[in-house]
This record gives sequence, C-alpha cells and structure tokens, in this order.
Amino acid sequence: MSLLEVRGLSAFYGTFQALFDVSLEAAEGETVAIIGANGAGKSTCLRAIAGVLAVPAAAVRLAGEAVGGRPAHDLVARGVVMVPEGRRIFPSLSVEENLEVGAYRGRPGPWSLPRVYDLFPVLAERRRQPGTNLSGGEQQMLAIGRGLMANPRLLLLDEISLGLAPVVVRGLYRALRTIAGEGTTTLVVDQDVSQVMALARRVYCFRKGSVSLEGPPAELTRDRLSAAYFGV
Amino acid sequence: MTVGWVDTVVQGLLLGGLYALFATGLSLIFGVMRIVNLAHGDLSILAAFLAVVAVESLGLHPFAALLLVAPLMAGLGYGLQRLVLNRLLGRGILPPILVTFGLSIIIQNVLLEVFSADSRRLNPGGIETASVAIGGQLAVGWFPLLTLAVAVLVLLGLQGLIGRLAVGRALRATSDDQETAELMGIDNRRLYGLAMALSLGIVAVAGVFLGIRTTFTFASGPDRLLFAFEAVIIGGLGSLWGTLVGGAVLGVAQTVGAKLSPGWGILTGHLVFLAVLLFRPQGLFAKARRIA
Repeated sequence: MSLLEVRGLSAFYGTFQALFDVSLEAAEGETVAIIGANGAGKSTCLRAIAGVLAVPAAAVRLAGEAVGGRPAHDLVARGVVMVPEGRRIFPSLSVEENLEVGAYRGRPGPWSLPRVYDLFPVLAERRRQPGTNLSGGEQQMLAIGRGLMANPRLLLLDEISLGLAPVVVRGLYRALRTIAGEGTTTLVVDQDVSQVMALARRVYCFRKGSVSLEGPPAELTRDRLSAAYFGV
Repeated sequence: MTVGWVDTVVQGLLLGGLYALFATGLSLIFGVMRIVNLAHGDLSILAAFLAVVAVESLGLHPFAALLLVAPLMAGLGYGLQRLVLNRLLGRGILPPILVTFGLSIIIQNVLLEVFSADSRRLNPGGIETASVAIGGQLAVGWFPLLTLAVAVLVLLGLQGLIGRLAVGRALRATSDDQETAELMGIDNRRLYGLAMALSLGIVAVAGVFLGIRTTFTFASGPDRLLFAFEAVIIGGLGSLWGTLVGGAVLGVAQTVGAKLSPGWGILTGHLVFLAVLLFRPQGLFAKARRIA
C-alpha cells in the first residue's frame, strides 16, 4: 500500500481553480518528484497535502487513512511535514531554536539535533546566531533540518533550489540522498529538472493544474518531457 | 527642596512597577497575535472585584485571594480566546478591536449591576501605609516597593518562559510567521489560548495590586488600559523590559507633573506619551529583544 495516495484532488483559491483532478502516490520510502512550469500547481498540491489548503478528506490518504483537509499541525503529529518555499526561517529564533521548533509536535525517530548537525555541519557552527543571518543555502539547510526534527514519515520539499547557486544545490541534493537512505518518503517539488531526475524514483510533470506526464525518469525522454512541460 | 524632588522621582519609578504589570499582558497579546485587547483594563478591574468577593466571603487576605483570582482569570482568558477571539482570526484588525471594545462595555455594565457604582478597595492590613526610611529624609512605601519587585519577578518569569521553554519558542515562532508555525506542528489556536491565559493571569495580579493601592469602581478599567497602552508605546512595542521602562517613564512623568501642580499629573503623562509618538514612535527600546 502507498504511504501517500492523492486521488482526484481539486483545489481552489477562492473561485480560482488551481488543481484539476490530480492523482499521485508515493510508496513507503520512495522519493517522488513533481516538476512543471511556474503556476502549474506544484506548490498548491504540496500545500493541499500538508493541510494548508482546505480539500476533501478522501482526496488525500496517508497509509490508507483519509486525512485531506486536516489542520497542518495535526498532520505534523501524523508525520506529514512540509519544508515551505522560501525557507521561512523564524527571524526571532536562533539556528538551534529554529531546529527545536521543528520537534514541537514531532514523533520519535532517527532525527535529532546531533543527527541534523551531522548532516549539515555548518548549522552546528552557527547554532547561536539568528536563523536569518545565514546565507540562502544555509537557510535552506536549516529549513530542511527543521523539518527533519519532526521525524516525518512523509517529507514535502517545496522549491528547494530556488535562487541558490548550482554548487549549493548539489550539496542539498547529496543531503536529500542521505535522508532518503533513512527510509523517509520524500515528495520534492523543484525546477531543477536535472537534479530531480537523478534523485527521484518517479516523476510527475504538472501543467495547468493537472498531471501531464508521469513515470520513472528513465522513461521520460527529453521530447516527452518538453511536451508535458510546455504543452508543445 | 532637592529631597522633595528625589522623593517625587522615586515615587514615580515605583508607580511604574504597577503600570508595567498592566502593560505586560497587553504587550504579550499584541506581540503574539497582533491584537489590541481593548478590554484589558476592564478585565483587571474584574479581577480586583473578584478579589473583593474572595476577601469578603472567604475572609482571605488580598494576597491569598490573588492565588484564587489569578488562575480563575487565566482560565477565563483561555476560554475567551478559544470560544470568541479565535473565531476572528484572519479577518483583519477591525473585528478583534470591535469585539474587545464590546467586551469592555459588557464587563463595565455587569460590574455596575453586580457591585453598584460604589468605590471599593482591598485592605491588606497595614502594608499599604508602612514605609521604610532611606537616608533620613526619604521614606519609601513598602507596598510600592513590593509592586515593583513583583513586576520585575513577572517579567523575569515571562522572559524565562519565552526564552527557554518549548512553548516560549512556539510563541515567538507564531509571532514571526503564523503559517510556517502551523507547518511545524504548532496549533496556533491552542497557543493563543495559552497566551491569553498568561496575559489575564498577569492582569489579575495588576488588578489586585491596583485595588490595594487605590480605590476603584466599575468604570476604572479604561484609564488602566490607557496607561498600559502608553507604557507599551513608550517602552517600544513588543519589548519585554521596555514595558518596565515605559511604565517607569510614565510614572515619573505623572508624579513630576502632579508635583508641579496637583491637576497636571495625568496630563503630563499623556504629553510625554505624545512626545515619544512624535519623536521616537518606535519607542525607547524598539531594538531590544522582541517579546514573542
């Protein structure tokens, strides 16, 4: 059985429909990616799974249980944790306090402060500084570490390479491989298609709020991808 | 002459302790929820009347009554937040202002109905008039000293809670970014309930100390709100120790004004408040650590 199962998900911002009948799934321990152009509905889909958007209960199932529309804090306690787009580090909290907030409603599991500092040593060096003093790449590490502190079953990562230098992005993807190695099911949204294709077992391409293509990276040729991506 | 002025300033500083007690709860709620609780002063007077009831019906000392009233007010705060104020979240700044303004009117009228328009006072049995002589000519009241000490203890306790405990980190995180705090597993609605409980627990202390220091009626609340608001603005919005400094500045302004001419005390306080708004609108301690 899939850990995450999204079936016929539609989502709205007011009267504007952002997702049309989206279905996707992620098996336990699997790394799955969503790619697509700006405005394709990738982030909306993550936000719906994470409980930020109101959606019907049956549209999102976690280990078989209908959890759609539950509040975000409740989903964290069930193991669904999102690392939001733009890092969203808490400016009044130090690096270490940001990590500790991640464990507020967390479950027991492999991740702890020492393990996160092992994964991102730069955070340990700067643990006492305000979180927003870090560089963009370090803030992204902090945002991922903060999410890990909750010991998620399902980690949702939104636009993690946005605005970061390629060398920094490569470092982040190395960390994601370590995280996947711990058996954490991961759903990654990113525009860096080459990194995503190398990491994910399966890829969904979104276009105009619907899934336009899905499959393992090896089967997604350049032509099929650009057709799904741009609709040409 | 000089001793007289020193005495005036010392009295003002000590009065600042009481204002800080009123201001802390107001500042906490604003810091966490961006809500100005216009019923804050009336809730403190409600606490003072509850203390009167405890003293008269149970024969308790006012300080012992506080041990009953503070948890009661904290519980009231939790309920008020969960049942009423949480319903207004995400609808802009106007609904909480209107609802707490309405609550202020309701509390005043209920107090008038139940306790009449008579002025009341809490009698702690002598400490309110006892004083200690300092340097021969200067006498400082024990009770104002105690008030200031309690204000400092409350601020220290709050600083420890906000700075070190998990719930304090959650309060600061929610104050920074409500949506991301939810994504980290923080139930904002419950947290807001706890913050309001804390705020009204502290305002109960303020109300009882006010009731010992001076007489009060059902209509004393709005003045308390105004002084608390002025102390918060003078000190700097969201600064924990700024509320103590703001309270002290307001207290000194009032006692100095009253010494210049008996009718000028409150006015001088307002003028200092206006001067701060004009020349340093961010307050004296705007860059200090944010409260939440």
